[in-house]
Amino acid sequence: MERIPILRMGDFLLVTIQVDMHDRLAMTLQDDLTRQIVASNSRGVLIDISSLEMIDSFIGRMLSNISLMSNVLAAQTVVVGMQPAVAITLVELGMSMPGVRTALNVEKGMMLLRECLDSDDSEVEDDAS
Amino acid sequence: MNAPNHTGLPEIIKKHETDLLADWLKEQTALATRQQVSLKEGELKSQCSEFLRLLRKGTQGNNPDISTPEWAEMRELLTSVSRSRAQQGFTPTQTATFVFSFKKSLFIRLRKEFANNADALADETWTATNLLDELGLFTTEMFQKTREEVILRQQQGLLELSTPVVMLWEGILALPLIGILDSARTELVMQSLLQKIVETGASVAIIDITGVPTVDTLVAQHLLKTVTAARLMGADCFISGIRPQIAQTIVHLGVNLGDITTKANLKDALALAMKQSGLTVVNTKKLKEMAA
Repeated sequence: MERIPILRMGDFLLVTIQVDMHDRLAMTLQDDLTRQIVASNSRGVLIDISSLEMIDSFIGRMLSNISLMSNVLAAQTVVVGMQPAVAITLVELGMSMPGVRTALNVEKGMMLLRECLDSDDSEVEDDAS
Repeated sequence: MNAPNHTGLPEIIKKHETDLLADWLKEQTALATRQQVSLKEGELKSQCSEFLRLLRKGTQGNNPDISTPEWAEMRELLTSVSRSRAQQGFTPTQTATFVFSFKKSLFIRLRKEFANNADALADETWTATNLLDELGLFTTEMFQKTREEVILRQQQGLLELSTPVVMLWEGILALPLIGILDSARTELVMQSLLQKIVETGASVAIIDITGVPTVDTLVAQHLLKTVTAARLMGADCFISGIRPQIAQTIVHLGVNLGDITTKANLKDALALAMKQSGLTVVNTKKLKEMAA
């Protein structure tokens, strides 16, 4: 069965969507990713959708849900590389994906993740002291 | 024999008004069929009878100069005729034909009237042809003027349409909006802004609406959409250049701008954008003074 690979990079998980998403694939990704976050105790997830050229309301909602689920599992999530056409489509569909962090490309997304983790760490230290 | 400055035209027009009108209309309809244009019959008839009435009135004054006040009403009529024809897509020839086609029917009457007086006929024909030529040329001139007005309006529309996205600083884009925002234009604006964000990798975009005359619920909605789309792509978006009246309108309309950052002017928005990007501006002159 077709699956979207989830790569582990230290504390982070990297999901690169290179194929056109269909509903089944999105459901599988949701399952795999949540399981993987728990299994590898990841603290950040980066979802790269720069190759995604088309999006419908279901996939949009799945993406938003996946990000929110990861957040619930205490992993910061960043969606990166959204194409202009996809962004316009989502806005026209009335989906502004509240609560989802976004970045322009993978590099900026990683920077954002690190910043988030650093601020989390400092909070923990502050609490301990 | 008539004196050159006294013409029998008004009497002739008065005497044969119905015949002239019928002949003229027939002539015009025939010409229209040949030139393959469609004329509205009712409109044409009222225009023609009005023209006859005003021509009689004008010639009574014995003043062949059509720029004088006696001809003011005639000029108005011709202006409105050429204006409506220009808008309907007539050519200048077809428009001027309205006046020139009158010659034939008028000259037939003149010939009958002055059948025994060759001199008078020549004089009257000369006066009439002069007058009608002038009126025809005036029509053409008006036609051209109307077209020029259309072009001017379109030019203004084009000026308003162009919306350049400019780079203020590394990673900071600005989009100065000028003119009325409608759905079609907002789409264009949104696309060019998002495209530029991808191209330059900018992390902050500032939409400046100083040049937008009014902001209603629809425009606010469009702005919201653009900001949300930019955010989805991972760029922060600020709105600047909100004038006091616009701030009042936005609140009175109950528009909820959500969590969009708004600033009164572009300067403040730029300062915020630089702060977010970790940039600071330093006045080197002052630094040197302090060091000295």
